[in-house]
Order: sequence, then C-alpha cells, then structure tokens
Amino acid sequence: MSEPHDRGEAARPPPQIAPAPPAEDPRVRQVELIISTLLRAGVVTSLIVIVTGTFLTFAQGRGTLSSPDDLRRILARSATFPHTPGEVAAGAATLRGEAVVVLGLVVLLATPVMRVAVSAVAFALQRDYRFVAITLVVLGLLLLSFFLGRPAH
Amino acid sequence: MPVRRRAVCGRVSFAAVRGPAYLPPAVTPLGFILVTFAASLVAGAIGSLLGVGGGIIVVPVLSLVFGIDIRLAIGASLVSIIATSSGAAAAYVRERMTNLRVAMLLEVGTTAGALCGATLAAHISGRWLFVLFGLMLGYSALAMLRKRQEHADPASAPPDAWADKLQLHGSYFDRAVQREIPYRVTRAKLALAIMFVAGVASGLLGIGSGILKVPSMDLLMRLPIKVSTATSNFMIGVTGAAGAGIYFARGDINPFIAAPVACGVLIGATAGSKLLGRLHSRRIRVAFVVVLLWASAQMLWKGVRW
Repeated sequence: MSEPHDRGEAARPPPQIAPAPPAEDPRVRQVELIISTLLRAGVVTSLIVIVTGTFLTFAQGRGTLSSPDDLRRILARSATFPHTPGEVAAGAATLRGEAVVVLGLVVLLATPVMRVAVSAVAFALQRDYRFVAITLVVLGLLLLSFFLGRPAH
Repeated sequence: MPVRRRAVCGRVSFAAVRGPAYLPPAVTPLGFILVTFAASLVAGAIGSLLGVGGGIIVVPVLSLVFGIDIRLAIGASLVSIIATSSGAAAAYVRERMTNLRVAMLLEVGTTAGALCGATLAAHISGRWLFVLFGLMLGYSALAMLRKRQEHADPASAPPDAWADKLQLHGSYFDRAVQREIPYRVTRAKLALAIMFVAGVASGLLGIGSGILKVPSMDLLMRLPIKVSTATSNFMIGVTGAAGAGIYFARGDINPFIAAPVACGVLIGATAGSKLLGRLHSRRIRVAFVVVLLWASAQMLWKGVRW
C-alpha cells in the first residue's frame, strides 16, 4: 500500500492525506441525491412512455406490422416518422404510437441536459461559484450544439 | 447552413466499410424488436460497467445483422449512449462512485471539442485520424494493463494546483474490498486538454464516448478504475445529448429502432450498475482493456480500408 507507484518520486512532498470525503458534507450529499433522483425520474418516465408507445404502435398497425416486408419498409432510410415538435405534439395528443415513442425519446434525450441545468442550481446553493461557472459553460456549449445542429431548410 | 450538413455526413464514413449489398434476414417486426431488445440489454450492462456507450454492440447488430443504414444505426447508438448514462448514473451518483466535480470540469473539454470536431468534419479527412486514434487506443490498452497496483497510496500522486483549488479529490466505498478508498486527483489541466482532443475525435468520427475518457482518467488523473468508469458513464450522457439533438432534428432517429434500444439499454444499465460496486477492480480493468483493444482494431481497420 505504501510503496510508491511511480518511479522517480524520491523527492515527493510529505504525504498529504486526502481531505475529508465529500460524503461528510451534507450539502454535497444533497446535490448528489437531487441529481440521482432527477436521473431516475427521467429514466422511469421515458421507459414507461416508450413501452406504451410501442404497444400502441403494434395495436394500431395491425395488418401492416406483421411480415418481413413490413419490417424492411419501416427500417428503410426513406421511412418517415414524426421528428419536429409540431408533429410529435400533434401525434402524441391523439395517441399515435410512433409519436408517443418519440415523446418518450425526447424525455430521454432531455434528461442529461436537465441534469446539467440542475447541477448549476445546486452548485449555486452551495455558493461554489467556480463550479457554477463551469457548469454554465457546459450548458451553454450544449445549447449551442443544438442550435448549430438544426437542419438547413 | 450547408457546411453543417456536410459536416455531419463526414462523420458517417463508416459506410465505406460496409461492403457489398446485404440482404437482411427475414424477420417480422416483432422479431426485430425482441432481438434488438435482447442485444441492447447486454450493451447496457457492459456499457454501464465499463463507462462506454454500448455503441460497440448496438451499431454492429443493427448495421451488420439487420442491414440498417449506418446513419440510423448511429442515431440509435446515440440513444443507447444516453440511456446507458442515465440508467446507471442514478445509482453511481447515489453511491458516490461518480466524481461529480471531475465530471463537470472535463465536460467543458468534451463538449467544446465535440462542437469543434463537428464543425471541422467538412474539411478534414478522417482516415489518418482513425489510424492515429487506433494507435492511441492500442497504446492506452497496454498502459492500462500494465498498471498493476489498483489502489496506489493517494499521497504518491504528484501535487496538482488545479485539483486542489477545484477540490477534485475524493473517496468512495469499495464493496468488493469492503473499505473506503480515498484518492487524490492529479494533472487536471492536461486531462482537460486531452478531453478536448477526445471531444474533437468524437465530433469528427462519431466514435469513442467513453473509450477515450476512461484511459485518461485512469492513467493521467489517477482516479481508481471504478471511479473512472462511473465518471465516464456520467459524462457520456451529455456528449451523447449534443449529438442526438442533431440526429433527431434531421429525422435520423427512427422510433421503431430506438424504442427497443432505449428500453433494453435502460434496463441493462440499471442492472449493471448494481454490479459495479461488488466486482473487483482488476476484473473491470481487464474487461475494459479487452474492449479497448477491440475498438482500437476496429478503428485501425477503418483507417486502412478507407
């Protein structure tokens, strides 16, 4: 345990024991629990919505979802499915299976983004402004990538 | 933005490797859902343990077995990355296996890099990058295998002003050896720079969410292997979300493919996350090295066959 891991560290500074484990700080623990709960909520919600949507898709697609040819049609590059906010909202409102699945996927994709946003708030509550800044930079870059990624029309 | 469109096409250079026209097996839609779900369960479990996205399993199954267009396969693999991350991170954060502060700091590098990589993709040929990263991954695999002593004395880590100032050091409870393992983080600045490069690579080539992150946390920053994989697992969700947004807006995330992938991976990752604490670090390390060598070979092959 005490043997040096690296060579050439004869002149290393006197051993410093790691500072108190973060778990002992109740505020850090609180941040961890908030983030963990948020992730779990996102995961469970998206799972339920996606499974529901898949059942709806099969229930509504009777006759067009049974043969290998149907599969080839669905998986083709040219197949279309709802992917704009308007299409998704309209489809989900009328419980179209595919649109419900997409809604669940949107919840899944939004979960990490929400996680970053919540972390920023949590660090602010801890008055850890250095990490608030770091987190906001990540959030900004993430939103920038969504903006840049919008397809040209 | 025409540049952008080409940029994203550049990422999909895998198509060149797909070979002759392939006739997918005659399966019914229900059969496809079940097979994809089963493969995704495995991908989620492995991905959650090793801190990688599971694309290594999902993409070959979709593109080689079912002959699905590579863009749709990558779209599904982005969904799998996010599902792996969110599915397992809930448990890892609660168990303090994830180092949240290291994750946040390094995410600055990966997201900035990914953004630059996606912008550069229109102007750079990926071939030499595949070869370069293939060699880099191969080297990392050997270096990680050689690192025998799992829990080095925390005091032996070279002091690092950034890590001290940002309070990156930490500890976790290792259930396999039944004790609290303290660790000191080092070379934070260098790791941040490497993460930027890793981000550029994933933006350019659509590869390596976790496969590049785990070695740099393990070898450079000296995080324990379990903390490295759990922290990488936490970070890949954010990197994946950036890419997934782009694919989603373009209509390259097919719900019929993504649904079984998301469900399988979420369940597999949740199950896998219950295992990480109990497995011995050495096993995690060896398993990661195997996946790393596999990814390295894949990348070199893509570069050579360009």
